[in-house]
Amino acid sequence: MESLRIPILKIGNVLIASIQTTLHDTSAVQFKDDLLQRIFETRARGLILDLTAVEVVDSFIGRLISDIASMAGLMGTRVVITGFQPAVAITLVELGLELTGVLTALNLEKGLAALQREIEESGDGAG
Amino acid sequence: MAQGKAAVIRSDLDIVIARTLARDTAKNLGFGAIDQARIATAVSELARNIFLYAGTGTVTVREVERTGRKGIEIICEDQGPGITNIDLVMQDGYSTSRGMGMGLPGAKRLMDEFEIRSQEGVGTTVICRKWRM
Repeated sequence: MESLRIPILKIGNVLIASIQTTLHDTSAVQFKDDLLQRIFETRARGLILDLTAVEVVDSFIGRLISDIASMAGLMGTRVVITGFQPAVAITLVELGLELTGVLTALNLEKGLAALQREIEESGDGAG
Repeated sequence: MAQGKAAVIRSDLDIVIARTLARDTAKNLGFGAIDQARIATAVSELARNIFLYAGTGTVTVREVERTGRKGIEIICEDQGPGITNIDLVMQDGYSTSRGMGMGLPGAKRLMDEFEIRSQEGVGTTVICRKWRM
């Protein structure tokens, strides 16, 4: 599934990953593992997962998003999910997955601002 | 009435193929963006159930019409182990696998009509429909 790898960019102490491809279950799990490994390697304090281009989030991907936030949290990295489309937000709640406890923001810009606040509140912003 | 198109479920890649087929069909039938997402998500849940519990099966998507109203019908069939207690699997949070137990009740909430038939050792069929506003 190498061709489906999602680029994970590092800007300062923050990692940004924007999902631009349709994830099937295996590639989604691979992506989660890649993300956590990158957090470990870069000692990033924050992670933004941008879903602007994602049109369908089912229970599997929903759980994965929630898992990524919890797992990164255990490693000391704050996670903000950005860019939920209206249709995705509606179907997730109707499906019964409200992703409580996961920080979200309307877009990447607001997400970055929220993440920087979170990092500052949690202590030193350096790596 | 249209014959419909079928996607064979054998792997997790086929889950994506089935939901893309459903989404494209819904779009062609004039469903709006939010209903397209509901239909695609429901199919994703149902196709994953086939893959997880039966291994293989089919998802058929077709246009339906009733009293002048157009809709989409999704038929998910497998020859898997079947479901012993349908009431139990239709409960939120019940799961025997890696899922969150949201698949069947979640798919039901996203669609307008939902029927499930299952026989142990024979298989499971889910038929669901959504009508255009």
